[in-house]
Amino acid sequence: MAAQEHLHDRVAGISEGAVRALPPVIAPGHTFESVTDKISSIVLTRRTPIGWFLGFAIAFAFLMLLNLTIGHLLMTGIGIWGNNIPVGWAFDIINFVWWIGIGHAGTLISAILLLFRQQWRTSINRFAEAMTLFAVACAAMFPLLHTGRPWLAAYWLFPYPNTMNLWPQFRSPLIWDVFAVSTYFTVSLLFWFTGLVPDMATLRDRAQSKAGRVIFGMLALGWRGSARHWQRYEMAYLLLAGISTPLVLSVHSVVSFDFAVSVLPGWHATIFPPYFVAGAIYSGFAMVMTLAIPLRKFYGLEDFITMRHIHNMTKVMLVTGMIVAYGYANEAFFSWFSGSPYEQYMMQNRMSGPYATLYWSLIAINACMIQLFWFRKVRDNITLLFILSLLVNVGMWLERFIIIVTSLHRDFLPSSWDMYAPTRWDFAMFAGTIGLFLSLFFLFIRFLPALAIFEMRTIVPQAKLQTGHHG
Amino acid sequence: MAHHDASPTLYGLMAEFDTPTALVQAAERARLEGYRNMDAYTPIPIEELSEALGLRRTRLPILVFAGGLLGGIGGYSLEYWTQAIAYPLNIGGRPYNSWPHYIPVAFETTVLGAALCAFVGMWALNKLPMPYHPVFNVPAFARASRDRFFLCIETTDPRFDRHATAKFLESLHPVGVSEVAP
Repeated sequence: MAAQEHLHDRVAGISEGAVRALPPVIAPGHTFESVTDKISSIVLTRRTPIGWFLGFAIAFAFLMLLNLTIGHLLMTGIGIWGNNIPVGWAFDIINFVWWIGIGHAGTLISAILLLFRQQWRTSINRFAEAMTLFAVACAAMFPLLHTGRPWLAAYWLFPYPNTMNLWPQFRSPLIWDVFAVSTYFTVSLLFWFTGLVPDMATLRDRAQSKAGRVIFGMLALGWRGSARHWQRYEMAYLLLAGISTPLVLSVHSVVSFDFAVSVLPGWHATIFPPYFVAGAIYSGFAMVMTLAIPLRKFYGLEDFITMRHIHNMTKVMLVTGMIVAYGYANEAFFSWFSGSPYEQYMMQNRMSGPYATLYWSLIAINACMIQLFWFRKVRDNITLLFILSLLVNVGMWLERFIIIVTSLHRDFLPSSWDMYAPTRWDFAMFAGTIGLFLSLFFLFIRFLPALAIFEMRTIVPQAKLQTGHHG
Repeated sequence: MAHHDASPTLYGLMAEFDTPTALVQAAERARLEGYRNMDAYTPIPIEELSEALGLRRTRLPILVFAGGLLGGIGGYSLEYWTQAIAYPLNIGGRPYNSWPHYIPVAFETTVLGAALCAFVGMWALNKLPMPYHPVFNVPAFARASRDRFFLCIETTDPRFDRHATAKFLESLHPVGVSEVAP
């Protein structure tokens, strides 16, 4: 209770005696009404900004590029991609890991920060969760389409025997991945929808049009804010957060097993699970930042997504980025200390081989550039942070490229060495999934509340009970 | 109170408050007064309300535990049955029951079972979706999802009396008291 009061004082912007006053998680002066009206008006009444149409048009064009690429892929086969033996896995797994990693920040914000009672999560959890869903959807396309015949993938992926009565191999990390990712998507969707229901009721009650009332009315499931319902709702929300927490850590650990369980130098390393999870959160927060900065600017949400959020996200990126940098150092040490010429050559090839430029670029971004986040001046500079967050995503993409391609292209037997280069279709598909992701995100901010309205109501000063007297 | 005498049947009487504190105090008073069949409607979850209304703890955690257990046992059984019974294959000399390999999937199915149970269980215990409910008949109730707090004493309560209960609710200094048509 004392902690809660302390939090409320901070919310009201009256934190006394703090060494350095933190910006509040919500600007002072907001009430139940103002919070509700401001967020719901984006969906219900405000004119859609012209920038929305422009942004959606561009994203949609890339989505069409994705359709074209998939069409060509299904007609011709995966030979249109650049991967071939020895680099049998390339863009399809690089982009898969990249997208899945991005998704992790959403779950961290919605689940782990809820368990830690981090109130600042409240203004960013809804769109971060949406980001998770869309990122996982983009990620899932790569392994599915890599099967070449995704309509047959059910036989290979799900526990369903083929005509020879053969089942999927449960000793393989690839099948663990199927279970991890599909569970992750399902649980994220349930969590997200559960959070949306009370807000759907708000929109139902506030919609001007009949269509709005009917659609939001159906999505609200008849929610009426009953105390009995809230009690179970809060319990379910807490339980979902509790089970999402180990889930999110397991998902990227399982993704890292795809590599770590193999015997390939550069992949066969025990550091992989924590190193991958930290990288996932690091890149995910970069994406949340990339989305939050324009969102707060164009919709005037600076009152809700305050500098406090920006600072905190930057700090999370700094910490997780340093863990990732430690991972790089550890990989280098491990390869030297192993005494194995294959391991040592792998590292030497990364640092000075044909892909060395990419390796040093990722070191420059993920180990050096992020040191800028130590400085308050940098954390206060929104434009710079936007650019840095984009660079972090580039850096994390390069990391996956290096881990996957440099390990595969020169393995134990020099006679089987080869170079890998992506084709234009590889790039088209990657750009296409970015288009899919952004299209979904544009639709989301237009048609659903991008911030959790009911949770925002809980952090205004009014929500605090006046104790001490009984009428 | 426009249709005070016009409606022969009633779902209950509803008082409207403009702060969460007023509602919690009203709920406490109503409980002390002996009312039991009542519910509060709020735009935000209020922990103190459960106590004020004397609500019992929810059974949801037990359901979720059962769901997780079922998911875990189901997932492991699937692995064991397919790998050791239905089509035993020798993979690098590993035992048919390679239990360390079966942990990740069993873990994921545990989480899935628990999450599905939490989701379905919560809505089922809340008896939602429910397209119609009498409280929506009160025009002011539209603000229950925005900034107003409601306490509804239902006619099923043994102590309910149309006039006495209305008088009692008025004594709590609400913004207004409305009759709720069934």
